[in-house]
Amino acid sequence: MSSNGQTSADDMLIHVNNLNKWYGDFHVLKDINLHVKKGEKIIICGPSGSGKSTMIRCMNRLEKYQAGEILIDGILLDDNVKNLEAVRKEVAMVFQHFNLFPHMTILDNLTLAPRLVNKMPRKDAEDMAMSYLERVKIPQQANKFPGQLSGGQQQRVAIARALCSNPRVMLFDEPTSALDPEMIKEVLDVMVELAEEGTTMICVTHEMGFAKQVADRVIFMDEGSIIEENTPHEFFDNPQNERTQLFLSQILGH
Amino acid sequence: MSNVAIKPPSQGGIVNWMKENLFSNKLNTVISIICIYFIVKFLVGVVDWGILNAVFAADASACKAASDGACWGIISEKYRFIIFGTYPADEQLRPLIAMVWFVGLIVCSLHRSFWKLWLIPLWVASLIGLGVLMWGGVLGLSYVENTQWGGLPLTLMLSVVGTVAAFPLGILLALGRRSELPLIRVWCVAFIELVRGVPLISVLFMASVMFPLFLPEGVTIDKLLRAQIGIILFTSAYLAEVFRGGLQAVPKGQYEAAAAMGLTYWQTMRVVVMPQALRIVIPPTVNSFISMFKDTSLVLIIGLFDLLATAKVAITDPVWRAFYIEVYIFVAAIYFVFCYSMASYANNLETELRKGEQH
Repeated sequence: MSSNGQTSADDMLIHVNNLNKWYGDFHVLKDINLHVKKGEKIIICGPSGSGKSTMIRCMNRLEKYQAGEILIDGILLDDNVKNLEAVRKEVAMVFQHFNLFPHMTILDNLTLAPRLVNKMPRKDAEDMAMSYLERVKIPQQANKFPGQLSGGQQQRVAIARALCSNPRVMLFDEPTSALDPEMIKEVLDVMVELAEEGTTMICVTHEMGFAKQVADRVIFMDEGSIIEENTPHEFFDNPQNERTQLFLSQILGH
Repeated sequence: MSNVAIKPPSQGGIVNWMKENLFSNKLNTVISIICIYFIVKFLVGVVDWGILNAVFAADASACKAASDGACWGIISEKYRFIIFGTYPADEQLRPLIAMVWFVGLIVCSLHRSFWKLWLIPLWVASLIGLGVLMWGGVLGLSYVENTQWGGLPLTLMLSVVGTVAAFPLGILLALGRRSELPLIRVWCVAFIELVRGVPLISVLFMASVMFPLFLPEGVTIDKLLRAQIGIILFTSAYLAEVFRGGLQAVPKGQYEAAAAMGLTYWQTMRVVVMPQALRIVIPPTVNSFISMFKDTSLVLIIGLFDLLATAKVAITDPVWRAFYIEVYIFVAAIYFVFCYSMASYANNLETELRKGEQH
């Protein structure tokens, strides 16, 4: 099936086939199958502990898996170091807690990967970094340190930093969950812009308004399995599974 | 009329400060008075003994006559031996220049504006220059065997070379102990626990007595070098554990962010993790260095004459034997100057690094 997927669809970017993962005896991911086209926006939601973060962390191998396979842009993600390097150049991630490097200026945070991984000259890297900082609307903070910025600003810097490696896929791991409520919008606005520009995005989030606005598909996970997968319209208005209905009533109920 | 509270003016002046902090209630007042009494009594005693009744001339009989005062004469009589040990008296300008050069180099290296790549060739060139200066045998300098080195230059050399070499070794051991490769990990753990579990004296003893037994016949390694290696290994084991503490304090998210951007292991360590980890452990690292500086005095046990050992030899002179307290105070003052400088430098560095990065 994987060879089939590889040859037939040039515009398929990600294949996850029968992915299984265990923490000790605990079965975290059960037979996950997911296929993402170039430019597609996927939103993943589900109760905590459902394995959604673990799943996207498998896609850049921050987590290893024991069975199944993941192909990113035709590259098999396994123990092969060369493959891993290649995949990490193509996949960028934005974390819940930003994970900016506190001892570096914003500009240095942004230029680090281009300079060290892509061997870009410092001047070019800085020009590119400034252009991304302008896109996330904080170019004036370039020479400050992360600790001097608000949470919302830090997360926007983290998004700019991820963009600096020119990724083909952006992974978002609950990017707004650690933010104060008044800062969520500024981050979501940036993400909506990215989505409109055609960036391929896989985003774990509970922001259902955002999901409705940008998603091509919404995926609901529970207990390590994909329970339901649908267009946002169908997913929110006509959820099929009981557990999806329960989850949506809880999350939209208040 | 507004109801906004105004911050009450703070009462300045030393009298107000004392009222607030020393004499705020009865118990506090009693404790303060008792403490002040003892402090004053101690200071008066020190000034009487050390200055008013002291003899400054290098005259042993005058010293013996003034029984209730210090005899600083012994210092002016013996300071050259205490500081330079058995280095030939006519040549003592050489270790003096070496020491000033060495300390100057260190002070420069500690300043952040000097943290450039050319510091490395400068150090290499300086170490060669210092070797030439101390050993001699070339450029018209007479040859001085290193068994004749002693005193402060020896103490400085053992501790600075020990620091510079133990630092990277400690980092490697700390990384090795956290390595995912079992063989490297086991090796590092074994080394650290073995060296840490043994007193420095026995490490030095092993380096000087037992180590040559394992060498093939005819091969000898210099005694000074053996002591230096012993100190480096001992210090690196302690530093490794200090650094490991720092590595553990760097949040997991930092490693993950670096990995997600595609940085290699060594890039991650060098650029992301180590700068943060080392900053966290500045206080215990300096602690290790200070304690190592003082521990170099244990090299006496294998027959090297460091600063403390030369002081001990100086007071075996029958004429001056009675005045050992003054000599120990002199040596203690030298140790203190170096240790306190290290501590203050570390404090400044911490403040400077923290500046700008916080809110």
